[in-house]
Parts: sequence; C-alpha cells; structure tokens
Amino acid sequence: MNWTLALPEIVLALSGLAILVAGVLPRRDMTFPCTMMVLGAFLLAGAFVLAQPDGMAFAGQYIADAFARFMKVLVLAGAALALLLALDWNRAEGLSRFEYPVLVLFATLGMMVMISANDLMSLYLGLELLSLPLYVMAAFHRDNARSSEAGLKYFVLGALSSGLMLYGMSLVYGFAGTTNFAQLGQTLGGGAPISAGVVVGIVFIITGLCFKVAAVPFHMWTPDVYEGAPTSVVAYFATATKVGAIAAIVRVLSGPFGGAVDQWQQVIVLASIASMILGAFAAIGQTNIKRLMAYSWISHTGFVLMGLAVGTEAGLRGVLIYTPIYLMMSLGAFSVLVAMRRNGRAVENIQDLAGLGRTDPAMALGMAIFMFAMAGIPPLSGFFAKLYVLLPAVEAGFWLMAVVAVLSSVVSAYYYLRVVKVMYFDHPAGALDARTAGVSFVLAGTGLFTMFFFLMPAPLLAAARQAVAALIG
Amino acid sequence: MNAAGFPILSLVTFLPLLGVLVILTVRGEEAVVASNARWTALWTSLVTFALSLVLWFQFDRNSPDFQFVERLEWLPDYGVSYMMGVDGVSVLFVLLSTALTPLCILASWESVQNRVREYMIAFLVLETMMVGMFCALDFMLFYIFFEAVLIPMFLIIGVWGGARRVYAAYKFFLYTFLGSVLMLLAIIAIWYQSGTTSIPEIYEFDIPFAMQVWIFLAFFASFAVKVPMWPVHTWLPDAHVEAPTAGSVILAGVLLKMGAYGFLRFSLPMLPDASQYFAPMIYVLSVVAVVYTSLVALAQQDMKKLIAYSSVAHMGIVTLGIFTFNQQGIEGALFTMLAHGVVSGALFLCVGVLYDREHTREIARYGGVAKIMPAYALVFMLFTMASVALPGTAGFPGEFLVIVGAWAVNPWVALGAATGMVLGACYMLRLYRGVAFGRITREDLKRLLDLSPREYTTFAPLIVLTLWMGVYPQSFLSFFSATVAQMVAQHQAAISAASRFAGL
Repeated sequence: MNWTLALPEIVLALSGLAILVAGVLPRRDMTFPCTMMVLGAFLLAGAFVLAQPDGMAFAGQYIADAFARFMKVLVLAGAALALLLALDWNRAEGLSRFEYPVLVLFATLGMMVMISANDLMSLYLGLELLSLPLYVMAAFHRDNARSSEAGLKYFVLGALSSGLMLYGMSLVYGFAGTTNFAQLGQTLGGGAPISAGVVVGIVFIITGLCFKVAAVPFHMWTPDVYEGAPTSVVAYFATATKVGAIAAIVRVLSGPFGGAVDQWQQVIVLASIASMILGAFAAIGQTNIKRLMAYSWISHTGFVLMGLAVGTEAGLRGVLIYTPIYLMMSLGAFSVLVAMRRNGRAVENIQDLAGLGRTDPAMALGMAIFMFAMAGIPPLSGFFAKLYVLLPAVEAGFWLMAVVAVLSSVVSAYYYLRVVKVMYFDHPAGALDARTAGVSFVLAGTGLFTMFFFLMPAPLLAAARQAVAALIG
Repeated sequence: MNAAGFPILSLVTFLPLLGVLVILTVRGEEAVVASNARWTALWTSLVTFALSLVLWFQFDRNSPDFQFVERLEWLPDYGVSYMMGVDGVSVLFVLLSTALTPLCILASWESVQNRVREYMIAFLVLETMMVGMFCALDFMLFYIFFEAVLIPMFLIIGVWGGARRVYAAYKFFLYTFLGSVLMLLAIIAIWYQSGTTSIPEIYEFDIPFAMQVWIFLAFFASFAVKVPMWPVHTWLPDAHVEAPTAGSVILAGVLLKMGAYGFLRFSLPMLPDASQYFAPMIYVLSVVAVVYTSLVALAQQDMKKLIAYSSVAHMGIVTLGIFTFNQQGIEGALFTMLAHGVVSGALFLCVGVLYDREHTREIARYGGVAKIMPAYALVFMLFTMASVALPGTAGFPGEFLVIVGAWAVNPWVALGAATGMVLGACYMLRLYRGVAFGRITREDLKRLLDLSPREYTTFAPLIVLTLWMGVYPQSFLSFFSATVAQMVAQHQAAISAASRFAGL
C-alpha cells in the first residue's frame, strides 16, 4: 500500500495534533506561537504537495494528480493568508484562542482530502472534516448572539445538505454498484442508458455541492453567515473554502459523472444563470459590506458554474483560471474588511469606508483595484477570469448564459462602483485605525497580483491547462 | 522593425505611466507635492507629444497599410498577441490625444487645487489608455484599452466634478459599460469563428451575413453609446456639465471619437454587408441627432450643456459620413472628428476660462464680456465660427465633404445634415451674443481680468490648428486618403461579391 503518496495530508494531520498538544500544555496564551506553527505546517504541506508524484493510494480512495496539486496549493495559500489576517483581528476582538488556528488547519486538511478524493466515501469524509470545524468557527465569537446564530444556521443547513448528499451517494451506489470515481466514470460513460436512480442520486449530490459553493437556490445561508460570523472567519470562508468547494464540484462532475454530462448540464446552467442574476440584483440594496461580499460571491459562483456547465476542456480551464484570480481578489478585499476598525471597534458598513481615499490612500487604491477587478474591468485580473469562462460558453453556443453573464456584470458593476464612490467621492467619516503589518502584507501581495496579472498570464494558464489535462485525461 | 527604428507606439503609449511613477514617489507637504505633480505631468505629456511627432514626419502617407507595427506574444494559447500599429485612420487621433493632454494639464493648473497628485495621475493614465486604444491592432488589446478608459474618467468626473458629479459619473460608467460588454461577446464570437483576434487578419476573414447582423448590433450597442448617437446620448450632457473643464475637453476631444473610430475600424471593414444593411437606420438616427440635438441646444441656459448637445449634433454628421461608404463621406467624417476634437475642446476651455472667474456657466449671468475681456472675446469668436463651420476654419472642410458624400447617396440625407449646419449657426451665435455682446448688466463682471499668459499658451496651439485645418486641410487629408481609398474599394468589392452570391 503506497501510503506515502498522501504525505501532505498525513504531515498536516500530525502537525495539527502536535500543535493542539503544544497549545494545551503551557499555562500561557499560545495563540501567536500556534498560529505561526500552523503557518509553518501549511508551508511544509505545500512543499510536500509540490513534490507529490502522480498516483493512487488507499485502494483507489485517494488520487494525486496535477489538478489536486493545483487546487491544494491554492487552498493552502488562501488558508495561510486568511489566517494571517485573522491573527490581529481576533486579538483585537478578544477572540485570541489557540484553537482557532488548529480549527483552520483541520478544515484545510478536510479540503485537501476532498480535493484528492477518488471515491464518494473519501469525498464525504473530507467534506465532513471540512464542515465541522467551519460550524465551530462561524460561532467562534460565542458571546455574540449574531455569531452564535450564524454558527447554528450554518450547522442546520449544512447538516441538511450533507444529508441530501449522502442520500444521493447511496442512490448512486445502489444503482451503479460502485463508489469509486474511475469505475463510476466507466459505467456511466459506456454509452449505456443511465438509470433514473443514478440521475436522482447525481442531482442530490449536486444539491449538496451547490450548497457548499453557495449557488442559487442553495445560497440562503451565505449572507447571514457572512454577516454574523467574525470577519476573520469570513475571510477564510470566502477564500480558501470556496476553492475547496469548487475543486470538489469540478472533480465530481467532470470525473465520475463526466459521462452523464447531458443529465446534469441543464441543472448547472440553471444554477449558474440564477446565481448570476440573484448575486447582481440582491447586492444592490446592501449596506453591510460583508453581506455585499456574500452576494458578490454568489454572482461569481454563477461565472464559475458557467465554465463548468459548458463541460468542455476550455470551460474547465476557465474555471481553474477563475479560481486563483477570485481567491486573490477576495483575499485582498477581505484584508480591507479586516482592517475596518475605528477607535478599536470593528465597523462593517459600506459607509464606514467614506473618504478612505484621503485617510488611507494606499488601502483605498487596493480596494478600488479589487472592486474594479471584481466588476470585470480590464486590464485587471477579474476581466481575464470572466473572459476565460465566457469564451468557451460562446464557443459551445450557450448564448443565453453568456448574455446573462455580461449583463449581470453590468448590474454588479453598480454596487462595486458604490464602494469606490464611497471611498473617493464622499467626505471622510474619520480615519480608520492604522493597518497592521499582516493586513498590509496581504493587501500588497494580492493587489499587485490583481493589478499586474495581465503582464504575465502565461504561467497560470499553463498550470491550469495541465490540471485540466489530468482531470479529463 | 518599423520605420522609426524603435517601438515608437509602445513608447508613446506607456511613457505617461513613467510620469505616474515619478509623481507617486514625490513626498512632502501638500503644496510641494501639488506643484511637483503639475510640472511632472506637464513635462511627461510634452515629451510624449514631442515623441509622437515622429509619427507625423515618418508616416508614409501614400501607403494604406498599417505602419510602425509591433508584435509580441501575449496569450499564446488563445491566439492573442500584443500588436500595435497605425494606419491613416488612427495616426492623427494618436496625435490629437497626445496634443490635447498637455493642454488639459495646463488648463487645470489653477482650477484644480484639490488632490492634485491623484488628478495628474488620472490624466496620465487616461492618456496611456487613449493612445493605446488608437494604436491597438489586436481586438482584445483594443477592448482592454477601450474599457480601461472608464476607470480614470469615472474618477475624474466623480472626484473633481460639479454638484451632481456622482450621478453623472455613474451614468457615464454604466451606460458605456453596458454597451461594451455586448461588444465583448461579439469579439468572442468573431474570435472563435476566425481563430484570431488580430485585426488585419480578421479583415481577411469573411463572416457569414446572419452572424454579421448580430455582431453589428453588438458593436453598435457599444459604439453608438460612445459616439454618442441619438437616443443613447443622454449620458453626455450630464457628464460634460459635471466634469471639470479638462475632463470635458478630453471627453469631447478624444473619448467621443472612440465610438466613431470603432465604426470605421471594425464595423465597416469586418461587417461590410451588415453595415450596408443597417446604413439607412444610421442615416435616420444621424439626421435625427443632428436636427433634434441642435434644437435642444438652442434651448439651453448652461454653456457647457449647449456645447455638449452641439457635440452630439457634430457626431451625427460624423456617423452619417462614415456610413456613406464613399471617399468624400469617410474623409469628411474623419476630418470632422479631428476638427471637432480641436474646436469643441477649445470651446470647453473657453467656458472654463469664464467659469474659473465667475463660477457659473449660466449664459444669462454674462453679457458684454467683449468689452471687458477683448482678447478672450476674439478667441471665443474664432472657435464659435469654427464650430458653425465657417469656411477658412477647421469646421468647414469636414462638414462640406460629408454633405457632398451624403448627396451622392441620398440628397434628403444631405439636406438633413445641412439643416444641422444652419441650426448650429443659430445656437452658437445665440451663445456668443449672450456672453460676449449686449450691455454689461452686472457690476461684478467689470472686475474680470482678460486672459492670463498661461491661458494664452493653452489657446495658442488650438488657434493655430483651427486656422491651419481650415486654410490648408490637405496636410491632414493626405494622411488618410490612401487608407480611405483602400477601405472604400474593399467595401465595394465585398458588397458586389455578396450581391453576386445573392443572385445565384
């Protein structure tokens, strides 16, 4: 049994246990050392991921390929940067507890398992390992009613979706006779008619996955959880876990159910169109910037699903280009959200950014770049992300989806512009507190990537192409 | 390598960004930063202009082809490259952009006191985007520059604009963005049909008629808003009224030309059949624009709004000229675009001169200015005359050629365009009379100072250009006649090929 293939996960799991011990034993506050150790563990796991050869392990439960490497690197990078943002925020809010980095670590481990899953069982295992720490994290500010509410809401809806997904998996197993992705792919792709039981199962599984990526109509939890949960936690939700969820839905739909593309395509097209429209229109009235980001993500989900719905190699490549670009824009925007703090208190209304262009020009410039990028204005990275999913959609003749996509991006430009307007056109509402070093670091890194992506797009495109090649074979 | 021996177009395009970097590094007190920012921006734009003069002297006027072409691989998987080049249609617009930018910076020398550093950065970035857009020979590259213009312009209107600046900035941004995303889809459609985004290569590619129609409409959505054509022109008066003077100058001088340039660069050569098919619609819209907006201009109380509506009317002449598909019409359209760029820019500067002194743009608030500011009145008169296309000024040759071209197609259309000229004289003379002549009714006007040396410097090049273009238009027409002749010939060939197939 070639267990060494799963070294990144094993290393991460063992470091998680060790860090837990290291956090409990001393009689002083271990948050900072624990956070640093978790960051070190992410770095180590990242190195192992990059060194990982292709192959399968644990009797076909676990697969290592270019796709898994691509996504795992993104997840680890997103988790590390989000953790960096959380460090100062949690300290300022009195949430400084060493359990937080450990929870982040286990959630990230769950995502990595999910990304490498080659069997419905290991997929579910990874998903639950991801979800349980997330429920706890959403309610991490336990003395705050909104945070507890967010945790509970997330837990109840999350459990429901997990249940639906498990039911779908059992249906698929019952009618197809296997849970292994490769065998499922052979069975369903053989050209033989697909039984109704399998189709129903697939739909249930898609429901569960759509819940995780917050696609309409399974998006309801997102704005509430984003608003209620501590901002540092949302920074993790909105970045790393989205990458994991996208990876899971791409892996499952293009791998085992790739042969049944005719069966699930319409579902994804519908979810994509609905997400783009709802994300664009529902965000217009928001005053809370965290809710705004939630709806913004919902509309981005629509774009990601558009690439997936096309189902071609180019479409999947578009998804894989979209994901890192979104990750960077979102991390950057959340670094600003985390820095929104006046006189020691966290503020989260859009209007609290008023006059940021004067009080903190660098941060305002960064935020403006992220907002214009999310709106898809060239030459910022967000434009290329949208371009690479629009291109295959037009090529494959999904005109309705493409037209809805571009029109919805005009609508969403309205609310992204509102943030820019508040920062630059309105009179200052008083300066925000000074940025911490962590925020400045994340802001500068993601800002430079978003701004200058157009200069060097080739490496990312090449990596995405390799990853898709591994997926489609 | 190209005729200049070095990548001149990229240099002209990206040199302003060097100025941005310098301005960003300036530290110190606000007054020092502001002064440094002004001088850096002025010198950067002047050097850029001097460099772009190489194009004027080295451009081969007898060749209809793209010149000074540069090409670099950019997105190799997708067949998109970084490709720059100019032909007769675009070369003068590059010069127009580089010439207007230093004048705009000079015009904002004293009127902008607030966040000067950011203002100058926005203008230099805007210059890069405008020049890049006229030079781009790759469709994707063109789109990127075309869209990126929105960001600095949104900020210029929104931060340094007048009372309703937020509304105007939003309207400008969303209108234009809505049009251009549809164009993006059309670009993608062409892209996967032809497998390339290189503009010269797409020229060789025949697009089926059914598809041409859709693509034409998508392009139309984008360019018609940008021109702007009636009835999607309503963003323009708002944007002009609220924008700072220099913003209006750039908007009228260069940004409005982007739409008409788009028609000439893309719609006509790539979609000849659809252009022919939709030409009657364009004629109608153009004539309505000319007559209707002239009448609206006649009723305006605000000077900037009046000039804004006159811009819509002039651009109506331009679109009319482009869709006549003959040599005179297209050359006239190009000349009108250039003349309008110079003249309307200058008119906005004239309004700016009064606004800086009195802080109002209402015509009724002025009167008798000619007695108080004689030099100013003379300058203002020259540009007013140029705007009504008095022979001997820049406005005349272009409009005359368009009417000649339109006559060949349909005399009624030519009549509509000519009506616009008459109405143009009405509203411009009314504006001039209201401001410059009459009795001095207000005491505070008597304190007004005549033009300052800085203002003389700003107007001098525009005056020279206006007279030069009016007296000897050939030195400008010679740039584009070869290219236009080839364009017309290819259009005729494509049309006759299509009708031959239709006969089969």
